Amino acid sequence: MSASFPFLQPVSEPIPENPSIATARARWLWPAALAAFVLFWQFGDGLAKWAFSYPRAFEIPAARWIGKATKWLLDEASFGLFTFTDLTRFVAQIIDLPYRVALGLLSTGLLSGQGSSAVQQVPPLSWLAVLAIVALIGHHAGGVRLAALVTACFGFLVLFGQWTSAMVTLASIVVAVPIGVVVGLLLGLAAWRWPVFERVLVPVLDLMQTIPVFAYLVPVLVFFGFGPTSAIVATLIYALPPMARVTILAMRSVPSEIRDLGNMVGCSRRQMTWKIMVPSAKDSLMVGVNQVIMLSLNMVIIASMIGAGGLGFDVLAALRRLDIGAGLEAGLAIVALAVALDRLSQAYAEKAGKPAAGIPAGNGFVSRHPYLAAALAIIVVTFIAGLAVPALQSFPEAWQVSTGTFWSEVVRWININFFDALEAIRNVILLNLLVPLKRLLADLPWAGVVALLALAGYRLGGLRLALLVGVLAFLIAATGQWEKATVTVYLCGVSVVFACLIGVPLGILAAERDRLWRWLQLVIDTLQTLPSFVYLMPVVMLFRVGDFTAMIAVVAYAVVPAIRYTVLGLHRVDPRVVEAGRAMGCTPRQILTKIKLKLALPEILLGLNQTIMFALSMLVITALVGTRDLGQEVYIALTKADTGRGIVAGLSIAFIAIIADRLISAGANRIRERVS
Amino acid sequence: MDGGQRAALVRLDQEVEAPGPAPASGGPGRFLERAAPEGLRFDYATGRTMASHEPKLVCRGVWKIFGAGGKSLIGTASRPTSADLRAAGAVGAVRDVNIEVREGEIFVIMGLSGSGKSTLVRCLSRLIEPTSGDILFNGENLLAASEARMIEIRRHQMGMVFQHFALLPHLTVLANVAFPLEIQGIERAAREERARRMIDLVGLAGKETAFPRELSGGQQQRVGIARSLAVEPELWFLDEPFSALDPLIRREMQDEFLRLQSVLKKTIVFITHDFDEAIRLADRIAIMKDGEIVQAGTPEDLVLNPATPYVAEFTRSVARAKVVKVASLMRPLNGVLPPASIRAAAPIAEAAPLFSAGNEALAVLDGAGKPVGLIDRAAVVDVMMRG
Repeated sequence: MSASFPFLQPVSEPIPENPSIATARARWLWPAALAAFVLFWQFGDGLAKWAFSYPRAFEIPAARWIGKATKWLLDEASFGLFTFTDLTRFVAQIIDLPYRVALGLLSTGLLSGQGSSAVQQVPPLSWLAVLAIVALIGHHAGGVRLAALVTACFGFLVLFGQWTSAMVTLASIVVAVPIGVVVGLLLGLAAWRWPVFERVLVPVLDLMQTIPVFAYLVPVLVFFGFGPTSAIVATLIYALPPMARVTILAMRSVPSEIRDLGNMVGCSRRQMTWKIMVPSAKDSLMVGVNQVIMLSLNMVIIASMIGAGGLGFDVLAALRRLDIGAGLEAGLAIVALAVALDRLSQAYAEKAGKPAAGIPAGNGFVSRHPYLAAALAIIVVTFIAGLAVPALQSFPEAWQVSTGTFWSEVVRWININFFDALEAIRNVILLNLLVPLKRLLADLPWAGVVALLALAGYRLGGLRLALLVGVLAFLIAATGQWEKATVTVYLCGVSVVFACLIGVPLGILAAERDRLWRWLQLVIDTLQTLPSFVYLMPVVMLFRVGDFTAMIAVVAYAVVPAIRYTVLGLHRVDPRVVEAGRAMGCTPRQILTKIKLKLALPEILLGLNQTIMFALSMLVITALVGTRDLGQEVYIALTKADTGRGIVAGLSIAFIAIIADRLISAGANRIRERVS
Repeated sequence: MDGGQRAALVRLDQEVEAPGPAPASGGPGRFLERAAPEGLRFDYATGRTMASHEPKLVCRGVWKIFGAGGKSLIGTASRPTSADLRAAGAVGAVRDVNIEVREGEIFVIMGLSGSGKSTLVRCLSRLIEPTSGDILFNGENLLAASEARMIEIRRHQMGMVFQHFALLPHLTVLANVAFPLEIQGIERAAREERARRMIDLVGLAGKETAFPRELSGGQQQRVGIARSLAVEPELWFLDEPFSALDPLIRREMQDEFLRLQSVLKKTIVFITHDFDEAIRLADRIAIMKDGEIVQAGTPEDLVLNPATPYVAEFTRSVARAKVVKVASLMRPLNGVLPPASIRAAAPIAEAAPLFSAGNEALAVLDGAGKPVGLIDRAAVVDVMMRG
């Protein structure tokens, strides 16, 4: 009988081997290691000076090597038939041609002649034409409501005088997105078909996504020169990995029966890919397309550092002038573009999932392609109208609205009335927390820190993790980046602590209250779409440049994942367990602390992980407001076009990110194993 | 549904006129069969004696071993046990399978999940490459065929129906059914014309422009069936076609399947985990366990003489009266013919009601309606009582 009712038998607890010894060792390991570390730190200075500041003689001259390699690539590298320079020129050509066309259509019009002596032969599409066409696309993708939304977004651009810049930005997006989608799709398909290729591709994609964008701006600048072409190349490098990843995943998730079907009906390899796999995975692939669009827009400002122009340039210029009004408007214009393109691509993704409407009857061109016909009609009509009434061609400045002065006034008012209070807050935190912490970290012996990190790696994930973490940390020291890295770690660490102190409690509150969560979602979605540079401006206006300013900007950006993952983790807790807790008579507080938070811990740790990644990516940007960390190093390298210096500093940031990511993931995994 | 029935009838009439192994019974009989689709099967079952005994598909010593070094494992030991394989870190999904599928029969491979039946059927079409063995299709060894030749065979001679339908979500019903023809490069008008005929045949006329996600499960599987038939295959694989459907729909689809087969006379390999389904549909059944065929035979064989306790476990709950055929209890004719009669291929359960009129014996008729023997009340009662 008992065999058929196994659940009646008492469930025995899995007993760890030798529990007393294992826990005793674990209990003593960390205090012992920390004590050794502190002793060494306090008294080891005389014994081993090398452990405190890395000896210059043993430094790895990685920056010089990379610089030399770049020079070699540019001057000598050759693939037999063509040189490396030919290759970069060829790529530049491929990108340049469609970009010229898009730019001509949207912004400059058809030009004859070169450079500043160029004469406009045919004007570009007028604002009215673009507005109407966008509305048409919106209607085609998602009906009247979507048409209204995207028209409003583009209307904002017209009304606030952002049109010219916005069209330059749009032109580069229009070129970058299809290239990114196609190349990403092909890479993903290749990785799906040839596992060997996948093994090479995936680490490269990982690296592409962890290295801060600034770091590869430098080589792109060196190889492709200053201008929109290299900006598009940089955008592609940034926006392409998710497409490749999504493609690999989407191909994997096509049911095996569908693949069997393809074989059973006798598909050739090409038919298999293009008639079975890609159409079946269309829904997931559209997610990738959406990602490419959003990431391309994320890059707009950064790309303007190497010559993209457009809205990004406006934001950057406003930031340099500290003109908050202008910067905010240009920033909001990017958001408007992002919202319009995001909703359009999502609507098309949804449409792809739904059955297409029946083919309309009729044989004429107009009845078969009503939207195309309407678009052509709009172009012709607005072109003629634009010739007759110039105001329809380019929106008159007199009609434009600007809130720039308003925002500047607001900031000035705050500064006049609250300067003392703000300054006091800043000074208290700076003097009592930031500066001491910075000194402390800079003072620690690098060798000891590397050893401690390796120990943590060993405890959490075994020998391999210990080795990885140790080697990466050692490389940061060995390439002479240790001092700047400590600044990065300190700024990142403080910001992450603050972000968690704000984000986790907010998340806990929001997880219980649906209405609060809806509002909070709106806020954090906006925070994430706003280009990160926009955060900087008001903070700089209020607190001037420096570490404190950087910290606030980083916290504002990095608090989002802390909130999101906390809510996600709490929502995922099995309601039956909560019910069981209630049945046992737990108070709400006990349910939260003893059940929900314990079970949500792995998710919250993942949130911490993401918070660190967000903080690091924002930290690089705060180099613009005068921090003295690795981000600054990259930024200086960019202005000097020093490839080696930029890449070494960029890799150091990537190493910090990887160390934090692997340690926390290993910790989260251990907790998850214990929980489930 | 109506359209489909009508279309099927049209096809039936064509079949009657067509030469070759025509259905045995004459005109009036056909009406009866239409009224009770169950009857068609038995009609077909007698047809079995008429269908050629030539094997269409022969499987000799087929192995499929997942994991490293599968081939060498078979090379060294003559017949590795599952323990041998496990020790080598491999899994024997299909182990030394020998089967013969005859032309025009429904051959059911029945096994529980993990028994290797899906792997076996994929080996038969070489969707999965067998580790060793021979698979002869019309006498041609598929394992020696080139990739191009396999594509050719799959395009024109094989069809497959999948458990989860495997419809392409972005295509309409019409385009889904026409898809195999599109792959062959047949031009649009011709392939859509043939696809429409198949859609009529499975009773989905009027749904041509619908998309798969707008259809119910049963309708989706009808599309899958129509698609697999569009290339007019000689060999028809059905991989648990009705397992994902609700019980009532499943029953309906089984009837539909028998109706189609009575018209089409395909050679069928049918996979299922449901023994009742196997009994209901099969001419012959092979029972699989741990990658091996435990027993193969007619439903009657399995129920009356289970080879192992494992098979007996399945057959225990099957009502014998529904499986045992009249023919197996028949005794020779002796002079006087009783007034009531029954077909030799009918199950005992069908004979039982005929005795209620006070008959002590029934005449047994062969497929052509000629008396071939007698069956006694006592023999029928005996089987019925044993359940």
